[in-house]
Amino acid sequence: MSAVSHAIRFILNDEEITLTDVAPDQTLLDFLRLEKRLRGSKEGCAEGDCGACTVLVGRVMNDEIIYDSVTACIRFVASLHGTHVVTVEHLAGKNGTLHPVQQAMVDEHGSQCGFCTPGFVMSLYGLWMRDANPSQGAVEKALQGNLCRCTGYAPIIRAGKAISSYGAPEADPLRAERIALKARIQALNDGSRVEIGTGKARVIVPASLDDFAEVYAANPEATIVAGSTDVGLWVTKFMRNVGPVIFIGHLQELKRIVETDGELQFYAGVSYSEALPKLNAHFPQLGELWDRIAGEQIRNMGTIGGNIANGSPIGDTPPPFIALGAKLQLRRGNQRREIALQDYFLAYGKQDRQPGEFVESVTLPYLPDGERFAVYKISKRRDEDISALCGAFCIRLGDAGLVEMARIAFGGMAATPKRAEAVEAALIGKPWTPDSIDAAIAAFTEDYQPISDMRASAEYRLLTAQNLLRRFFLETTGEGQRLKREVA
Amino acid sequence: MNKHPSIVRSTLHESSKHDSGPKHVAGAAEYIDDIVEPVGTMHAYLALSSRAHAEIGSIDFAAVKAAPGVIGVLTAADVPGENDVSPSHKHDEPIFAEGRVQFWGQPLFAVVAETRDQARRAAHLAKVDYTDLPFATNVRAAQAAGGKLVTEPLKLERGDVAAAMASAPRRVRGSIAIGGQDHFYLEGQIAMAIPGEDEDVTVFASTQHPSEVQLMVAHVLGIPLHSVTVNVRRMGGGFGGKETQGNLFAAVAAMAAKKWRRACKIRPDRDDDMTATGKRHDFVVDYDVGYDDNGKIAAVDAVYAARAGFSSDLSGPVTDRALFHCDNAYWYPAVRARSEPLYTNTVSNTAFRGFGGPQGMMAAERWIEDIAYSLGKDPLEIRKANFYGTDTDNVTPYHQTVEDNIVHRVVEELEASSDYQARRAAILAFNAKNAILKKGIALTPVKFGISFTATWYNQAGALVHVYKDGSIHLSHGGTEMGQGLYIKVAQVLADAFCVGLDDIKIMATTTGKVPNTSATAASSGSDLNGMAAWDAARQIKERLVVHAAKLYQCDEAAVLWVPGGVQAGDQFVPFAELVASAYLNRVQLSAAGFYKTPKIHWDRATGQGHPFYYFAYGASVSEVTIDTLTGEYIVDRVDILHDVGRSLNPAIDIGQVEGGFIQGMGWLTTEELVWDDKGQLRTKAPSTYKIPVASDVPPVFNVKLAEWSVNAEPTIGRSKAVGEPPLMLAMSVVEALSMAVASVADYAIAPRLDTPVTPERVLMGCERLKREARG
Repeated sequence: MSAVSHAIRFILNDEEITLTDVAPDQTLLDFLRLEKRLRGSKEGCAEGDCGACTVLVGRVMNDEIIYDSVTACIRFVASLHGTHVVTVEHLAGKNGTLHPVQQAMVDEHGSQCGFCTPGFVMSLYGLWMRDANPSQGAVEKALQGNLCRCTGYAPIIRAGKAISSYGAPEADPLRAERIALKARIQALNDGSRVEIGTGKARVIVPASLDDFAEVYAANPEATIVAGSTDVGLWVTKFMRNVGPVIFIGHLQELKRIVETDGELQFYAGVSYSEALPKLNAHFPQLGELWDRIAGEQIRNMGTIGGNIANGSPIGDTPPPFIALGAKLQLRRGNQRREIALQDYFLAYGKQDRQPGEFVESVTLPYLPDGERFAVYKISKRRDEDISALCGAFCIRLGDAGLVEMARIAFGGMAATPKRAEAVEAALIGKPWTPDSIDAAIAAFTEDYQPISDMRASAEYRLLTAQNLLRRFFLETTGEGQRLKREVA
Repeated sequence: MNKHPSIVRSTLHESSKHDSGPKHVAGAAEYIDDIVEPVGTMHAYLALSSRAHAEIGSIDFAAVKAAPGVIGVLTAADVPGENDVSPSHKHDEPIFAEGRVQFWGQPLFAVVAETRDQARRAAHLAKVDYTDLPFATNVRAAQAAGGKLVTEPLKLERGDVAAAMASAPRRVRGSIAIGGQDHFYLEGQIAMAIPGEDEDVTVFASTQHPSEVQLMVAHVLGIPLHSVTVNVRRMGGGFGGKETQGNLFAAVAAMAAKKWRRACKIRPDRDDDMTATGKRHDFVVDYDVGYDDNGKIAAVDAVYAARAGFSSDLSGPVTDRALFHCDNAYWYPAVRARSEPLYTNTVSNTAFRGFGGPQGMMAAERWIEDIAYSLGKDPLEIRKANFYGTDTDNVTPYHQTVEDNIVHRVVEELEASSDYQARRAAILAFNAKNAILKKGIALTPVKFGISFTATWYNQAGALVHVYKDGSIHLSHGGTEMGQGLYIKVAQVLADAFCVGLDDIKIMATTTGKVPNTSATAASSGSDLNGMAAWDAARQIKERLVVHAAKLYQCDEAAVLWVPGGVQAGDQFVPFAELVASAYLNRVQLSAAGFYKTPKIHWDRATGQGHPFYYFAYGASVSEVTIDTLTGEYIVDRVDILHDVGRSLNPAIDIGQVEGGFIQGMGWLTTEELVWDDKGQLRTKAPSTYKIPVASDVPPVFNVKLAEWSVNAEPTIGRSKAVGEPPLMLAMSVVEALSMAVASVADYAIAPRLDTPVTPERVLMGCERLKREARG
């Protein structure tokens, strides 16, 4: 077992914070507002959906500080060990001079009621650090996780594009002082496990992946928190007592992405944002889906492992991963096993995961030549919405033009992410023609009896799922047409 | 003449920035939850019913009271005055349910604890014994259950409807369901009360209507109005959702504060806010319309049934305004419109930007569409054929003559600037060639009546102090919810005194400064409060002119207001110097201003009068692309030309137009309220209720003000109200989606999409039209 220390340490703006008494479910937003009396960050929804509480969290990755926008309402304080938290109060100069991001927002009339504004400022700031002259599309994407009810966004988008005319990114304090900041952040972490509290109030921040495996095997009743985009809501919305909690979002080993000749392996702690470049390189079809999963802050927090591990029937990664033939690597202590991802989802709320066992990584075989793959997400609102349904298709045609292999999987159509086995069976061995598609479409009702809820009716879900097969067929035969929103 | 070049010129009609902008972006603008709490502040939390309609047997509070940090519980029995916050004074809206709950989410009691977290957790621990009763949650179910109303319905009638209908060559009957909308103000409901000596209590409330909160708190505590002071610096959004819906929260905080003699704050979480507070009314409009072969309307007969919820709240005036806008911009030779504000076992619906008007207008656009598709014409042609005339055909269903009609010019200019005709032709060609993606384009007009229909609300007060250093203190009865009212009124005052905006301090709104105010609502904020502030300035200026004439020995007529001061004969006197000498000469430098809107009157019993001082106009063109396999769509381009008269602040007004349009688009497209079969609202957080995001903004979004427009009435600066009218510009999105759907049946069948037009409704609309086209 690793050495153990007993304090969560991070930097908040300029102040070094050391907490020896912190509850596992203490949120960053409450900590900022109630304990530090930093009230610029607002609570709009307490579920990570509105962005009014957006702050930046800086961490050292590959010897660089990376600042990510996150929603403080569902981020737990204990997950911040060894980070730099930057709130809206930190932006203006000591003499009150507004930061370029702030001045652009003022000058473009980007605030009306002002309640969402600090969150927008922080999201735009996060974007500007990465991209000093963003396109309209980049601004919109960075703002998907921020709701504004007054302005209609147009002036905020204008502000987002204008920031660099108010100041150079090189002069920004976080950039100019990054070497000193990096040293301060690194000094917070002495490489030991952090343990605070006992019983339900116990906080465990393991020192390494092996330390995590060990401590979880010994404490299988603990809740694992990586990005807290799901568990955060258990606390803020359902007031569930989730302790004891093991925090794993900081574990670098779980952020590995391994590219081999045949496959791409994501360790479980890779966030959506971190996964995107490699996904785009190998599976461009998934890049488009990725941009429609949640908002920027959630994509920065939420992890691939978490989206799979919790077994939601409406998670967006399982359908395409299943269609691609993904394999899941599970680990308990030092024992590892591998299963097909589709076999992990047993029933609603029930997964093939033993006590003390966790999702360590997921592996996607590259798409072989001759296989066609597509994924479609359907939601009421195009961006930052949960799928009404999500369908993924992968087929291979044999030499005679007959369907040799078909993997079709849907989310939102059953109690788990689920293969369309009857539809696949109807296609196998058939020519890839409209008649075969028509015949296969009838089989959807064997595979799925979807429910009606606030996202869609059963009738719509079924019809759309069938139509997605038609779309896939049309796209593979060169007649596809897809909606595209063209922005400058 | 101006010897002081540092003095700024007038900023009236210029794009001054929002006065709070620098504070907003720095996180320094204070909302109620940000105010430093007095030591010992308690926190209250509401416990809500989990039945749509039930008798309450008993409530077991044992676990609640034993929970950590709990100070006590407030129930109906603890209300010192009357257990009621009904703004219609019908005594039908208890703070805490007594004996019976009438909707899922109705407050049962409040827990008061040391922390909000403790109160919130404890509120879930009561054991409530319910006996279920039958319930109806929507319009059709309420009609089927007997059609009980929450308030008196209204009928508007003009002309011989029966005769006109009978002689019309063509008839169309139908109905449209128009969905409701949650305000989704980013700052939820919140109040903090601080007890004072004697009966006094000071309340910080997030409200558009401080005088009403004052009244309700007094009523609930059983004390006179003078003992209650309500303060509002700003709201984090209102949109009508804080016109009456804050009353209950303020009353609970005040009750707790007085009972335990400690400050008390109350803030529901987002789910509870959306569950327990009212929304935009959804309507079902059943209509019968007679018209001729050219699409000219002969008669309209329609019933506007609305889901009012369990109490009257503002459902009377909201459904009235739906009827007032049953014409949108169209002349009906004969018309009968009736309202049905239906009792339902749902939260009591309330004000929301447009206040029923949008629903009335959406229905009007529906029968325009019906007529167009039945005749095979572009709906724009039918719209133009039915516009109000300027000299004839210009009497509304409520018998007011439209005297300021500019809809023709607005529409003609927009049609040209948006290149509507060429784009429509291109879209028809695109649709002919493409099987899966289809496009649509539509131009819809807006005509919106300005004034409260409750005539007495059309009054306002302001209090202006000029201090002896020349700095000015501005108070008025309007509230700031982001719409830029404060800066506009400050611009009016700076212009009146010929000083810079920096010389004016905009004060938080408080009932202690300006009494008996109206809600900041009905788009009236700057019309009313701007005039009241102007009136206060006028009084002070008159006194200063008398003083200056005496001091500098010239005629009063020779004292002229110039930038930075006055020109008294040959002498330029800086404002601060003039004020200082006026003080020494005992001139009163403070004034209360007052304004009441002229010309308006309304007789509800006969359905006749002149309820609106003037009309605001606008038009929009939307272009969309739909996917006929999934129903998904994209709003590709929107062009808007909107009338704000002579703008007091073009940047603020453009902000209202852009924001109003996007909010209206959300209402009509993705914002869907869904109740389950138990009567529980299932769309009660941003994860399930989808307001527009940045990437829903049309990639091409051209927004212009009609710069030539000048209000025909002598309003402040000849401007027009801008808060609500732009919301209705979003109707063109629905009509464009309709055209795209209609394309699947060669435009021969009216698509009749209910709203919100979700992807599901688009797909099901396409399916229905394809079926019907096949026969």
